[in-house]
Amino acid sequence: MSGFSEIWVYLATSPLTWLGATLVAFVLALRIGALLGNSPLANSVLLSAAMLIPVLLLTGTSYPTYFEGAQFVHFLLGPATVSLAVPLYRNLAAVKRSIVPIAVALVAGSVTAMGSALAIAAIFGAPPEVLASIAPKSVSAPIAMELAKSLGGIPSLAAVLVILTGVTGAIIVTPLMNALGTKNYAARGFAVGVASHGIGTARALQVNDMAGAFAGIAMALNGAFTAILLTGFLLLR
Amino acid sequence: MTDVVAKPLRPADWVAGFALLILCQLAGETLVQILRLLVPAFAFPGPVIGMLLLVGLLALMGDRARPVIASADGLLGILSLLFVPSAVGIMQNGELIRAWGGPLLLAVVASTALTLVVTVGAFILTERWMSR
Repeated sequence: MSGFSEIWVYLATSPLTWLGATLVAFVLALRIGALLGNSPLANSVLLSAAMLIPVLLLTGTSYPTYFEGAQFVHFLLGPATVSLAVPLYRNLAAVKRSIVPIAVALVAGSVTAMGSALAIAAIFGAPPEVLASIAPKSVSAPIAMELAKSLGGIPSLAAVLVILTGVTGAIIVTPLMNALGTKNYAARGFAVGVASHGIGTARALQVNDMAGAFAGIAMALNGAFTAILLTGFLLLR
Repeated sequence: MTDVVAKPLRPADWVAGFALLILCQLAGETLVQILRLLVPAFAFPGPVIGMLLLVGLLALMGDRARPVIASADGLLGILSLLFVPSAVGIMQNGELIRAWGGPLLLAVVASTALTLVVTVGAFILTERWMSR
Protein backbone atom coordinates (compact mmCIF):
# COMPACT_ATOMS: atom_id res chain seq x y z
CA MET A 1 0.00 0.00 0.00
CA SER A 2 2.83 2.39 0.89
CA GLY A 3 4.13 1.81 -2.64
CA PHE A 4 0.96 3.31 -4.10
CA SER A 5 1.03 6.31 -1.76
CA GLU A 6 4.62 6.99 -2.80
CA ILE A 7 3.50 6.97 -6.41
CA TRP A 8 0.70 9.39 -5.49
CA VAL A 9 3.15 11.72 -3.72
CA TYR A 10 5.37 11.59 -6.80
CA LEU A 11 2.46 12.35 -9.13
CA ALA A 12 0.94 15.11 -7.01
CA THR A 13 4.22 17.02 -6.87
CA SER A 14 5.50 16.27 -10.37
CA PRO A 15 5.46 19.23 -12.79
CA LEU A 16 4.33 16.76 -15.47
CA THR A 17 1.02 16.12 -13.67
CA TRP A 18 0.08 19.80 -13.50
CA LEU A 19 1.33 20.63 -16.97
CA GLY A 20 -0.75 17.73 -18.25
CA ALA A 21 -3.77 18.77 -16.18
CA THR A 22 -3.55 22.32 -17.57
CA LEU A 23 -3.48 21.07 -21.16
CA VAL A 24 -6.31 18.56 -20.60
CA ALA A 25 -8.47 21.18 -18.85
CA PHE A 26 -7.96 23.57 -21.76
CA VAL A 27 -8.88 20.94 -24.37
CA LEU A 28 -12.00 20.07 -22.35
CA ALA A 29 -12.83 23.78 -22.06
CA LEU A 30 -12.61 24.15 -25.84
CA ARG A 31 -14.82 21.06 -26.33
CA ILE A 32 -17.41 22.46 -23.90
CA GLY A 33 -17.21 25.82 -25.69
CA ALA A 34 -17.82 24.12 -29.06
CA LEU A 35 -20.81 22.22 -27.60
CA LEU A 36 -22.25 25.57 -26.49
CA GLY A 37 -21.81 26.99 -29.99
CA ASN A 38 -18.69 29.00 -28.99
CA SER A 39 -20.81 31.26 -26.82
CA PRO A 40 -18.60 34.01 -25.35
CA LEU A 41 -19.89 32.93 -21.90
CA ALA A 42 -18.06 29.61 -22.34
CA ASN A 43 -14.70 31.40 -22.02
CA SER A 44 -11.90 28.84 -22.19
CA VAL A 45 -9.70 30.58 -19.58
CA LEU A 46 -12.60 30.75 -17.12
CA LEU A 47 -13.70 27.14 -17.75
CA SER A 48 -10.13 25.80 -17.45
CA ALA A 49 -9.57 27.56 -14.12
CA ALA A 50 -12.98 26.41 -12.88
CA MET A 51 -11.92 22.80 -13.57
CA LEU A 52 -8.36 23.05 -12.23
CA ILE A 53 -8.91 24.94 -8.95
CA PRO A 54 -11.27 22.32 -7.40
CA VAL A 55 -8.82 19.55 -8.39
CA LEU A 56 -5.95 21.42 -6.71
CA LEU A 57 -8.02 22.12 -3.57
CA LEU A 58 -9.25 18.50 -3.33
CA THR A 59 -5.72 17.10 -3.70
CA GLY A 60 -4.27 19.67 -1.29
CA THR A 61 -1.89 20.95 -3.98
CA SER A 62 -0.48 24.43 -3.43
CA TYR A 63 -0.33 27.01 -6.20
CA PRO A 64 3.51 27.05 -6.25
CA THR A 65 3.50 23.25 -6.79
CA TYR A 66 0.93 23.63 -9.57
CA PHE A 67 2.91 26.46 -11.15
CA GLU A 68 6.08 24.34 -11.36
CA GLY A 69 4.29 22.44 -14.11
CA ALA A 70 2.14 25.26 -15.48
CA GLN A 71 5.10 27.64 -15.86
CA PHE A 72 6.02 26.00 -19.17
CA VAL A 73 2.72 27.22 -20.59
CA HIS A 74 2.92 30.59 -18.80
CA PHE A 75 6.41 31.16 -20.22
CA LEU A 76 5.03 31.24 -23.76
CA LEU A 77 3.18 34.52 -23.04
CA GLY A 78 6.37 36.43 -23.87
CA PRO A 79 6.95 34.87 -27.31
CA ALA A 80 3.17 35.11 -27.94
CA THR A 81 3.32 38.87 -27.35
CA VAL A 82 6.20 39.09 -29.84
CA SER A 83 4.04 37.01 -32.23
CA LEU A 84 1.44 39.81 -32.35
CA ALA A 85 3.88 41.42 -34.81
CA VAL A 86 2.47 39.09 -37.49
CA PRO A 87 -1.21 40.22 -37.51
CA LEU A 88 0.10 43.77 -37.01
CA TYR A 89 2.37 43.47 -40.07
CA ARG A 90 -0.42 41.86 -42.14
CA ASN A 91 -2.72 44.81 -41.38
CA LEU A 92 -0.02 47.49 -41.30
CA ALA A 93 -1.63 49.51 -44.10
CA ALA A 94 -4.97 49.66 -42.24
CA VAL A 95 -3.21 50.50 -38.98
CA LYS A 96 -1.26 53.33 -40.66
CA ARG A 97 -4.48 54.74 -42.16
CA SER A 98 -6.06 54.76 -38.68
CA ILE A 99 -3.11 56.20 -36.79
CA VAL A 100 -5.01 59.26 -35.49
CA PRO A 101 -8.13 57.36 -34.27
CA ILE A 102 -5.72 54.84 -32.70
CA ALA A 103 -3.89 57.56 -30.74
CA VAL A 104 -7.12 59.24 -29.56
CA ALA A 105 -8.84 55.96 -28.62
CA LEU A 106 -5.71 54.73 -26.82
CA VAL A 107 -5.49 57.76 -24.54
CA ALA A 108 -9.28 57.87 -23.92
CA GLY A 109 -9.52 54.12 -23.28
CA SER A 110 -6.40 53.75 -21.18
CA VAL A 111 -7.30 56.65 -18.87
CA THR A 112 -10.92 55.40 -18.58
CA ALA A 113 -9.74 51.87 -17.74
CA MET A 114 -7.48 53.05 -14.93
CA GLY A 115 -9.57 55.96 -13.66
CA SER A 116 -12.94 54.21 -13.52
CA ALA A 117 -11.60 51.10 -11.77
CA LEU A 118 -9.73 53.24 -9.21
CA ALA A 119 -12.79 55.44 -8.63
CA ILE A 120 -15.20 52.54 -8.06
CA ALA A 121 -12.79 50.65 -5.78
CA ALA A 122 -12.04 53.86 -3.84
CA ILE A 123 -15.76 54.58 -3.33
CA PHE A 124 -16.00 51.19 -1.56
CA GLY A 125 -13.05 52.17 0.65
CA ALA A 126 -10.52 49.72 -0.78
CA PRO A 127 -7.08 50.07 0.92
CA PRO A 128 -4.08 51.55 -0.98
CA GLU A 129 -2.51 48.15 -1.76
CA VAL A 130 -5.77 46.99 -3.36
CA LEU A 131 -6.03 50.26 -5.36
CA ALA A 132 -2.43 49.84 -6.56
CA SER A 133 -3.32 46.29 -7.65
CA ILE A 134 -6.43 47.27 -9.64
CA ALA A 135 -4.91 50.32 -11.44
CA PRO A 136 -3.09 48.29 -14.15
CA LYS A 137 -5.97 45.75 -14.58
CA SER A 138 -6.36 46.32 -18.35
CA VAL A 139 -2.79 45.43 -19.36
CA SER A 140 -1.20 42.01 -19.80
CA ALA A 141 -0.50 40.05 -16.60
CA PRO A 142 3.33 40.25 -16.54
CA ILE A 143 3.27 44.03 -17.08
CA ALA A 144 0.46 44.58 -14.57
CA MET A 145 2.25 42.54 -11.90
CA GLU A 146 5.42 44.56 -12.41
CA LEU A 147 3.50 47.86 -12.24
CA ALA A 148 1.46 46.80 -9.18
CA LYS A 149 4.69 45.92 -7.38
CA SER A 150 6.28 49.32 -8.12
CA LEU A 151 3.07 51.06 -6.94
CA GLY A 152 3.02 49.15 -3.62
CA GLY A 153 0.26 46.72 -4.67
CA ILE A 154 -0.01 42.93 -4.48
CA PRO A 155 1.28 41.29 -7.69
CA SER A 156 -0.78 38.09 -7.36
CA LEU A 157 -3.98 40.10 -6.76
CA ALA A 158 -3.09 42.26 -9.77
CA ALA A 159 -2.80 39.08 -11.87
CA VAL A 160 -6.23 37.90 -10.71
CA LEU A 161 -7.82 41.27 -11.55
CA VAL A 162 -6.11 41.27 -14.96
CA ILE A 163 -7.52 37.82 -15.77
CA LEU A 164 -10.97 38.84 -14.52
CA THR A 165 -10.84 41.97 -16.69
CA GLY A 166 -9.75 39.91 -19.69
CA VAL A 167 -12.50 37.32 -19.25
CA THR A 168 -15.14 40.04 -18.64
CA GLY A 169 -14.18 41.91 -21.80
CA ALA A 170 -14.03 38.73 -23.90
CA ILE A 171 -17.52 37.78 -22.69
CA ILE A 172 -19.26 41.15 -23.08
CA VAL A 173 -17.52 42.65 -26.15
CA THR A 174 -19.56 40.96 -28.89
CA PRO A 175 -23.05 41.50 -27.38
CA LEU A 176 -22.11 45.03 -26.27
CA MET A 177 -20.75 46.09 -29.68
CA ASN A 178 -23.75 44.52 -31.45
CA ALA A 179 -26.05 46.46 -29.10
CA LEU A 180 -24.16 49.66 -29.99
CA GLY A 181 -24.79 48.71 -33.62
CA THR A 182 -21.23 49.15 -34.93
CA LYS A 183 -19.77 46.90 -37.62
CA ASN A 184 -16.43 48.77 -37.59
CA TYR A 185 -14.19 45.78 -36.77
CA ALA A 186 -11.03 47.88 -36.51
CA ALA A 187 -12.68 49.99 -33.78
CA ARG A 188 -14.25 46.96 -32.06
CA GLY A 189 -10.94 45.10 -32.01
CA PHE A 190 -9.04 48.13 -30.78
CA ALA A 191 -11.53 48.62 -27.92
CA VAL A 192 -11.29 45.04 -26.69
CA GLY A 193 -7.48 45.15 -26.90
CA VAL A 194 -7.32 48.31 -24.78
CA ALA A 195 -9.91 47.10 -22.25
CA SER A 196 -9.02 43.42 -22.02
CA HIS A 197 -5.42 42.85 -23.24
CA GLY A 198 -4.52 39.33 -24.47
CA ILE A 199 -7.71 37.54 -23.45
CA GLY A 200 -9.74 40.14 -25.33
CA THR A 201 -7.31 39.82 -28.25
CA ALA A 202 -7.77 36.04 -28.28
CA ARG A 203 -11.54 36.61 -28.56
CA ALA A 204 -11.07 39.22 -31.32
CA LEU A 205 -8.85 36.82 -33.33
CA GLN A 206 -11.74 34.31 -33.09
CA VAL A 207 -14.28 36.81 -34.46
CA ASN A 208 -12.44 38.65 -37.26
CA ASP A 209 -8.82 38.92 -38.54
CA MET A 210 -8.96 42.72 -38.80
CA ALA A 211 -10.39 42.94 -35.26
CA GLY A 212 -7.60 40.63 -34.11
CA ALA A 213 -4.88 42.82 -35.62
CA PHE A 214 -6.27 46.00 -34.05
CA ALA A 215 -6.76 44.22 -30.72
CA GLY A 216 -3.12 43.10 -30.83
CA ILE A 217 -1.82 46.60 -31.48
CA ALA A 218 -4.19 48.02 -28.84
CA MET A 219 -2.96 45.54 -26.26
CA ALA A 220 0.67 46.35 -27.02
CA LEU A 221 0.09 50.11 -27.07
CA ASN A 222 -1.95 50.06 -23.86
CA GLY A 223 0.70 47.97 -22.11
CA ALA A 224 3.31 50.53 -23.11
CA PHE A 225 1.12 53.59 -22.44
CA THR A 226 -0.07 52.39 -19.01
CA ALA A 227 3.53 51.56 -18.09
CA ILE A 228 4.71 55.03 -19.12
CA LEU A 229 1.79 56.74 -17.33
CA LEU A 230 2.29 54.85 -14.06
CA THR A 231 6.10 55.10 -14.23
CA GLY A 232 5.71 58.86 -14.75
CA PHE A 233 3.37 58.98 -11.74
CA LEU A 234 5.97 57.16 -9.62
CA LEU A 235 8.76 59.49 -10.72
CA LEU A 236 6.72 62.63 -10.04
CA ARG A 237 5.42 61.46 -6.67
CA MET B 1 5.81 37.36 -46.46
CA THR B 2 3.32 35.48 -48.58
CA ASP B 3 -0.15 34.03 -48.36
CA VAL B 4 0.56 31.48 -51.10
CA VAL B 5 0.41 27.89 -49.84
CA ALA B 6 3.95 26.73 -50.53
CA LYS B 7 5.96 23.62 -49.69
CA PRO B 8 5.70 22.44 -46.06
CA LEU B 9 8.26 23.74 -43.57
CA ARG B 10 11.27 21.58 -42.75
CA PRO B 11 11.81 20.69 -39.03
CA ALA B 12 14.75 23.09 -38.82
CA ASP B 13 12.50 25.90 -40.07
CA TRP B 14 10.06 25.48 -37.17
CA VAL B 15 12.93 25.73 -34.71
CA ALA B 16 14.38 28.75 -36.53
CA GLY B 17 10.98 30.47 -36.49
CA PHE B 18 10.52 29.92 -32.77
CA ALA B 19 14.13 30.94 -32.11
CA LEU B 20 13.52 34.27 -33.83
CA LEU B 21 10.51 34.94 -31.54
CA ILE B 22 12.64 34.16 -28.48
CA LEU B 23 15.54 36.29 -29.76
CA CYS B 24 13.25 39.28 -30.39
CA GLN B 25 11.91 38.98 -26.84
CA LEU B 26 15.44 38.64 -25.47
CA ALA B 27 16.53 41.77 -27.33
CA GLY B 28 13.49 43.62 -25.92
CA GLU B 29 14.13 42.46 -22.34
CA THR B 30 17.81 43.38 -22.63
CA LEU B 31 16.94 46.88 -23.80
CA VAL B 32 14.54 47.26 -20.83
CA GLN B 33 17.28 46.16 -18.41
CA ILE B 34 19.66 48.73 -19.89
CA LEU B 35 17.02 51.49 -19.60
CA ARG B 36 16.38 50.42 -15.99
CA LEU B 37 19.98 51.27 -15.14
CA LEU B 38 19.08 54.84 -16.08
CA VAL B 39 15.50 54.94 -14.71
CA PRO B 40 14.99 52.28 -11.98
CA ALA B 41 11.16 52.69 -11.96
CA PHE B 42 11.01 51.96 -15.71
CA ALA B 43 8.48 49.15 -16.23
CA PHE B 44 8.18 49.05 -20.01
CA PRO B 45 7.32 45.56 -21.28
CA GLY B 46 10.26 43.84 -23.02
CA PRO B 47 8.05 41.58 -25.20
CA VAL B 48 6.33 44.68 -26.65
CA ILE B 49 9.72 46.02 -27.77
CA GLY B 50 10.39 42.55 -29.20
CA MET B 51 7.10 42.78 -31.11
CA LEU B 52 8.03 46.15 -32.67
CA LEU B 53 11.44 44.73 -33.56
CA LEU B 54 9.79 41.76 -35.28
CA VAL B 55 7.49 44.05 -37.32
CA GLY B 56 10.66 45.70 -38.67
CA LEU B 57 12.29 42.33 -39.37
CA LEU B 58 9.18 41.01 -41.18
CA ALA B 59 9.35 44.00 -43.52
CA LEU B 60 12.99 43.16 -44.32
CA MET B 61 12.74 39.36 -44.52
CA GLY B 62 10.20 38.94 -47.30
CA ASP B 63 9.61 35.27 -48.11
CA ARG B 64 12.22 34.11 -45.60
CA ALA B 65 9.78 35.14 -42.83
CA ARG B 66 7.58 32.08 -43.51
CA PRO B 67 8.90 29.99 -40.57
CA VAL B 68 8.54 32.77 -38.00
CA ILE B 69 5.04 33.56 -39.30
CA ALA B 70 4.07 29.90 -38.91
CA SER B 71 5.41 29.82 -35.32
CA ALA B 72 3.68 33.10 -34.45
CA ASP B 73 0.33 31.99 -35.88
CA GLY B 74 0.63 28.73 -33.97
CA LEU B 75 1.18 30.54 -30.66
CA LEU B 76 -1.59 33.09 -31.28
CA GLY B 77 -4.00 30.26 -32.05
CA ILE B 78 -3.65 29.03 -28.44
CA LEU B 79 -3.29 32.47 -26.80
CA SER B 80 -6.09 31.73 -24.29
CA LEU B 81 -4.26 28.65 -22.99
CA LEU B 82 -1.29 30.78 -21.97
CA PHE B 83 -3.44 32.71 -19.45
CA VAL B 84 -4.71 29.60 -17.65
CA PRO B 85 -1.80 29.35 -15.13
CA SER B 86 -2.33 32.99 -14.06
CA ALA B 87 -6.10 32.43 -13.82
CA VAL B 88 -5.61 29.48 -11.47
CA GLY B 89 -3.60 31.91 -9.28
CA ILE B 90 -6.92 33.27 -8.01
CA MET B 91 -6.84 30.41 -5.46
CA GLN B 92 -3.95 32.19 -3.72
CA ASN B 93 -6.00 35.26 -2.89
CA GLY B 94 -8.94 33.64 -1.09
CA GLU B 95 -8.87 36.04 1.88
CA LEU B 96 -8.65 39.24 -0.16
CA ILE B 97 -11.35 37.98 -2.52
CA ARG B 98 -13.66 37.20 0.42
CA ALA B 99 -13.06 40.67 1.88
CA TRP B 100 -13.12 42.71 -1.33
CA GLY B 101 -14.59 40.34 -3.91
CA GLY B 102 -17.91 42.18 -4.42
CA PRO B 103 -16.52 45.71 -4.88
CA LEU B 104 -13.59 44.43 -6.96
CA LEU B 105 -15.88 42.43 -9.24
CA LEU B 106 -18.16 45.45 -9.67
CA ALA B 107 -15.15 47.73 -10.34
CA VAL B 108 -13.75 45.32 -12.93
CA VAL B 109 -17.03 44.65 -14.77
CA ALA B 110 -18.26 48.27 -14.79
CA SER B 111 -14.84 49.67 -15.70
CA THR B 112 -14.34 47.13 -18.51
CA ALA B 113 -17.76 47.87 -20.04
CA LEU B 114 -17.15 51.63 -19.78
CA THR B 115 -13.66 51.28 -21.31
CA LEU B 116 -15.06 49.31 -24.26
CA VAL B 117 -17.73 51.94 -24.95
CA VAL B 118 -15.38 54.93 -24.52
CA THR B 119 -12.63 53.38 -26.68
CA VAL B 120 -14.87 52.29 -29.55
CA GLY B 121 -16.65 55.67 -29.39
CA ALA B 122 -13.41 57.67 -29.43
CA PHE B 123 -12.11 55.60 -32.36
CA ILE B 124 -15.25 55.94 -34.50
CA LEU B 125 -15.87 59.64 -33.71
CA THR B 126 -12.25 60.52 -34.56
CA GLU B 127 -12.56 58.62 -37.85
CA ARG B 128 -15.78 60.49 -38.71
CA TRP B 129 -14.30 63.85 -37.71
CA MET B 130 -11.26 63.19 -39.94
CA SER B 131 -13.31 62.19 -43.00
CA ARG B 132 -15.40 65.39 -42.83
